[in-house]
Amino acid sequence: MNHLVVAPVLLPLLAAIGLLLMRPLPLGVRRALSAGAVAAQAALAVMLLAATRDGTIMTYALGDWPAPFGIILVADALAAWMVVITTVLALTAVLYASRGDDGSGRHFHVLFQLQLFGLNGAFLTGDLFNLFVFFEILLLASYGLLLHGGGPLRTRGGLHFVVLNLAGSTLFLFAVGTLYGVLGTLNMAHLARRMASVGPDDAGLVQAAGLLLFGVFALKAALLPVYLWLPRAYAHTSAPVAALFAIMTKVGAYSILRLDTLIFGAAGGASAHLLAPWLLPLALATAVVGMLGVAGGTLLRRQVAYLVVASVGFLLTAVGLGSVEGIAAGLYYLPHSTFAAAALFLLADSIASRRGALADHLVPGGAMSDPRLLGALFLVAAVLIAGLPPLSGFVGKFLILQAALGHPALPWVMAVLLGTSLLAVIALARSGSVLFYRAELVAAPPGEDQGRGAMGRLGRELAPAVALLLLCGALVAWAGAAHEHTHGMALQLMNPELYMEAVLGPASRSGP
Amino acid sequence: MLLLILTVFVGAPLAAWVARFGRIQSAWAAGLVTIVAVLQLITLMPAVFEGETLIHQWDWMPRAGLNLSFRLDGLGLLFALLILGIGLLVILYARYYLAARDCMGRFYAYLLLFMGAMLGIVLSENIIQLLVFWELTSLTSFLLISYWQERADARQGARMALAVTGAGGLAMLGGFVLLGHIVGSYELSVILQSGDVIRAHPLYLPTLVLILLGAFTKSAQFPFHFWLPNAMSAPTPVSAYLHSATMVKAGVFLLARLFPALSGTPEWSALVGGAGLATLLVGAVFALFKHDLKGLLAYSTISHLGLITLLFGIGTPLAAVAGVFHIINHAIFKASLFMAAGIIDHETGSRDMRRINGLWKYMPHTAMLAMVAAAAMAGVPLLNGFLSKEMFFAEAVSASTHLRLGWLLPATVTVAGVFAVAYSFRFIHDVFFNGEPVDLPKSPHEPPRWMKVPVEMLVALCLLVGILPALTVEPLLTLASSGMLNQPVPDFDLALWHGFNIALAMSVVALVGGGLLYVARQPLFELHDRFEHRLQAKPLFDRTIGGVLGAAGAITRALDTGSLQRLVALFVAFAAVLGISGFVASDSPLTGPRDLLPVDGISLLAAGGLAAAALATVIMHRQRLVSLILIGVVGLVVSLVFVKFSAPDLALTQLSVEVVTIVLLLLALYFLPRRQQPDSHPGHRARDVVLSVVAGGGVAALAWAVLTRPYDTIADFFLANSVPGGGGTNVVNVILVDFRGYDTLGEITVLALAALGIFAMLEGLHLKGPTRDDEGRPWSPDMHPPVMASLTRLLLPLALLVSAFIFLRGHNQPGGGFIAGLVTAVALIMQYLANGVAWTQSRLPANMHPVLAMGLLVATLTGLASWLFGHPFLTSTYTYLYWPLVGKFEVASAMVFDLGVYLVVVGATLLILIHLGLMHSASHQAPADTGDYR
Repeated sequence: MNHLVVAPVLLPLLAAIGLLLMRPLPLGVRRALSAGAVAAQAALAVMLLAATRDGTIMTYALGDWPAPFGIILVADALAAWMVVITTVLALTAVLYASRGDDGSGRHFHVLFQLQLFGLNGAFLTGDLFNLFVFFEILLLASYGLLLHGGGPLRTRGGLHFVVLNLAGSTLFLFAVGTLYGVLGTLNMAHLARRMASVGPDDAGLVQAAGLLLFGVFALKAALLPVYLWLPRAYAHTSAPVAALFAIMTKVGAYSILRLDTLIFGAAGGASAHLLAPWLLPLALATAVVGMLGVAGGTLLRRQVAYLVVASVGFLLTAVGLGSVEGIAAGLYYLPHSTFAAAALFLLADSIASRRGALADHLVPGGAMSDPRLLGALFLVAAVLIAGLPPLSGFVGKFLILQAALGHPALPWVMAVLLGTSLLAVIALARSGSVLFYRAELVAAPPGEDQGRGAMGRLGRELAPAVALLLLCGALVAWAGAAHEHTHGMALQLMNPELYMEAVLGPASRSGP
Repeated sequence: MLLLILTVFVGAPLAAWVARFGRIQSAWAAGLVTIVAVLQLITLMPAVFEGETLIHQWDWMPRAGLNLSFRLDGLGLLFALLILGIGLLVILYARYYLAARDCMGRFYAYLLLFMGAMLGIVLSENIIQLLVFWELTSLTSFLLISYWQERADARQGARMALAVTGAGGLAMLGGFVLLGHIVGSYELSVILQSGDVIRAHPLYLPTLVLILLGAFTKSAQFPFHFWLPNAMSAPTPVSAYLHSATMVKAGVFLLARLFPALSGTPEWSALVGGAGLATLLVGAVFALFKHDLKGLLAYSTISHLGLITLLFGIGTPLAAVAGVFHIINHAIFKASLFMAAGIIDHETGSRDMRRINGLWKYMPHTAMLAMVAAAAMAGVPLLNGFLSKEMFFAEAVSASTHLRLGWLLPATVTVAGVFAVAYSFRFIHDVFFNGEPVDLPKSPHEPPRWMKVPVEMLVALCLLVGILPALTVEPLLTLASSGMLNQPVPDFDLALWHGFNIALAMSVVALVGGGLLYVARQPLFELHDRFEHRLQAKPLFDRTIGGVLGAAGAITRALDTGSLQRLVALFVAFAAVLGISGFVASDSPLTGPRDLLPVDGISLLAAGGLAAAALATVIMHRQRLVSLILIGVVGLVVSLVFVKFSAPDLALTQLSVEVVTIVLLLLALYFLPRRQQPDSHPGHRARDVVLSVVAGGGVAALAWAVLTRPYDTIADFFLANSVPGGGGTNVVNVILVDFRGYDTLGEITVLALAALGIFAMLEGLHLKGPTRDDEGRPWSPDMHPPVMASLTRLLLPLALLVSAFIFLRGHNQPGGGFIAGLVTAVALIMQYLANGVAWTQSRLPANMHPVLAMGLLVATLTGLASWLFGHPFLTSTYTYLYWPLVGKFEVASAMVFDLGVYLVVVGATLLILIHLGLMHSASHQAPADTGDYR
């Protein structure tokens, strides 16, 4: 028993409670507490990463009830990886929000912490129903955050988001209920172990439930055909929330990965590889429609939202390849796409706030201060997300391509990956050119030292975005180590017996 | 070598930074950086001249086969020298070229970035790393072309170049990945040894095509050549450097680099040779007709790149050597010509050859230099262009002997040569002679002394190489060729005089023909003018890109209409497809083996009522109040079902939840707009009917299938352990607060979140409620009837007592914190309803936030307390106490947790209610005594 497993979940909950109790205190104090709590979570997450690095799978039996009867938390390498990405991302988002976005509505920091409670909880749980509970927390917290600050467009996007996700929750319950009805358990490891002994009479039900779960997770991940809730919701919410939500679709992707490798993995008996025929085609199609949305976009933030859609497509393409290399590539691509999209959301906000009524409409003209500095950052972020060398987007796409070698779908994967990258280059070059090259310079100090002055003035505003870009840079500089790590993770995932043993102990002859 | 490249990359920000101390300093810094890089290269040179191939390697992503590895052999050395040498001259030249308002720091920073990327290409050992630098040159080229960003043609030209070369780079990435797959390594030293394996592999053709796409786009080969003339909107130093001497040579460099691995097949000859020949001819013909000085040079560059490509396409080692030789020569004379053109542009203010005439009088020195360089371009003897062109003609002739219709090759080549002479002649004659200048913005004069120095040096090289090839260029060419071929270099002879042969004849024909063509140019010009608009690639490209982007927008708008109905319909359909296909994939029966219970009348009645109420809700959905009541009926029947199946806890919960939600919905209903939405489109209705029948039927089938199967779950464990482990006989409650207390913690957080979310949303929202009902009658002014008010006041203590009772017995009997909380909430809601929000507010503490927070805190701290005893979070314990009068009773820590649940339920429900109610009163009367309840 190691409380480290549960700590990243409890800390944001306690922070939220504390923030709720401290409502009368000035905003500055609450900001400090919130940011401190996120930083502490990030530290815990890194400790978790270190503890699971050697392949250890840590478990934590809540209430001291043994698996599969109580709820078990499981921290394997994947869970730790996700928690690290989430908390680091959250740190930049909370710092950006602390410039003033958090004051435009009530309870920003409480909702923010509870959102993290939901995220960390979802990644660390080993119980399917508990995952449902954390999905609910995520849903409610993100609904609150989406609407933060108000406005008709925001409310509309938020409404679509919540209605669709409530439908998704219902479907989740159907699926969990069916699995429980047939397999008699909710513990994911236990479910996985029982899969092998599902008879032909029950296989249909299990597969129906499995695919329904896939449908729910696809909705969360914004996969075709259920991605349309995302662009408006993300494009119209406040920047720090949009940045944090770069991880939200990855919760769906994470769940698909778990479902695909643990329960319906190679050891899934009659239902092994259940998702395989669906995942790759849908993922590729998602990448295409996502990138078409980017190319056809007339609003910068909508473009970025579609980039999030497309990146989920790439990520799940990698997962859908169904090999260790594919999963390793996907898990490398995951933090990159999360950080890059978040950075772009923050930059888009900085850009929009400088263009007055034009905001982020992609039409030429309008005055803008500091176009050089913002333009440079935009260029870096665009290169990142379009997957051009030498940044992490390129490495990620290269790894996915490499993993696709030998897969029968190689021509498709290659065509989609390269074609969409080209579309992204063309679309983002146009956006950047419209936004920065055709802007009138305004009220910036003349001459060469504009760069320095801008840096000084804008340090606080741009630091979070710069930090995210630097994180992507670190993914390139230490690409070898990162890839080694994701490869180890993929190996662990592709051997679900490790997970089952860690949770339930070695399999007995007759099975539990 | 890493250091060499790093020097240049680090130099880039340095040059930008230095600019703050003055414009000129930036040029000095860039120059110094380049000189340092040259010195570093020189220290590496002796080893290469001894025949070594230097390879420096560092691990980067060993698992993916990606390493940081650099390679210096003859070919790389030649290119590195060209890049650095011409780069140095361009830096000097640009210092005089750029106007005072141009930002020097930015220019030199971009230029050095480009230089570093270019060096990276030619010094890479790992092909993926090569590709990284390759795309970097595309990016930096974008920045350099769009340097004058206020000009539309610069922006468009930059984007076009990026799109075309970027596309090629992406294709090349695909090709390199395949190549690495075939060979098993991305290292050139392995790839170059594996030519036979590659050529025999089934993936050879796709690999070759993808790689060639990269090379051809970069080197502006037909039909991808059109970006290059449009890139001429870049400042002339950029054109001289990128678009003649270096970047466009990256494509032919790649052909040279991979020559041993890919060449020697019919596919190679057809693709490379074909593209080269077409480009050679097209470029030469178009060049003649360009009135723009730089346009002429751009098409001439295209033509010469085609010439080089054709040489590689011929595929013999000797042809490849000739290709490398022409790369050198072309870089030298074309860079000098661009610089001369830049000087002319700079000093006359125009580049139009119809206006700049007779400059010999005004700038004889420059004219002399330009004329020598143009003669080299034409292939006049005693100049370097002549030598490589001679070799080219010879190779074309010898290659033609193996081909059917082989004579076409030398013939076409000669025609291209004729045009090359003609446009060179035009460059000389139109610009420097041909009468007087027409209407120039500036009066032409010689440029500053140092602006001419780079041109002079390059022209001197043209002469040196042309006259004394064996002394100057031969060692380097041999070295580069051996690096390229990876085998002994064939004998070649750089002598000026080879005797009378066909190649010489072709040269003579080209020179004479070119002269004649120029003389007879006028009719051709008229022909060209008539068809020019049809031959423009830019409008076509713009249309294509515009079409793609437009189509993308149209598709996106068609998909993303912003309709919620469509979103939900898609989701339901998706779920239905998934569920059904999952089930039918295996041949499991729908009905399980379990015996069915007999159907009794009451159950049937309840089921019928449930179905009828659900259906009626849908039918009556336009009458909101009615449908709300019908939903209530559904909930009630469900709670009856729970009773029937002996689940009193669930029935109680369902009942109280039903009450609370209906009340809250009623409050919310008040604010909905009264305007009725028009009915949906009939097609949509049909779609919705089908979807709901399928989805409802699917869910029913699922429930049927699950319920008819034997039940074998872990529930027995809960039954067996509830008393010994959890200390309670009410298993449902023990599951809630103990076995799965963590879920409950999560669920009360959800509840709290809902309350906070609603609170945050209502904040600042001003909704106007209606003052009249649907029939136009005003609302009753008697808002709080006294009978109801008194009754509810009497009921309050009773209700609270009941809820305390339910709470306390919860662990062993039906009840618990959740139900107790709901009962309390209902009791308080009644006070609000009966007495009004304001009245109740003044008597009850209205701020529910602390209650919520305390509830969550109590629940969490109870869980944390078990840490003190060395147990995991939420471990419970219980003991028995004996109090007088009460007797022996049990105390479980889980009950404290349950208290938290209770508080959250009460707090959340009331928080929502109070704020909806406050809005309600605010919309009715002037905001009076709402106070600060937040």
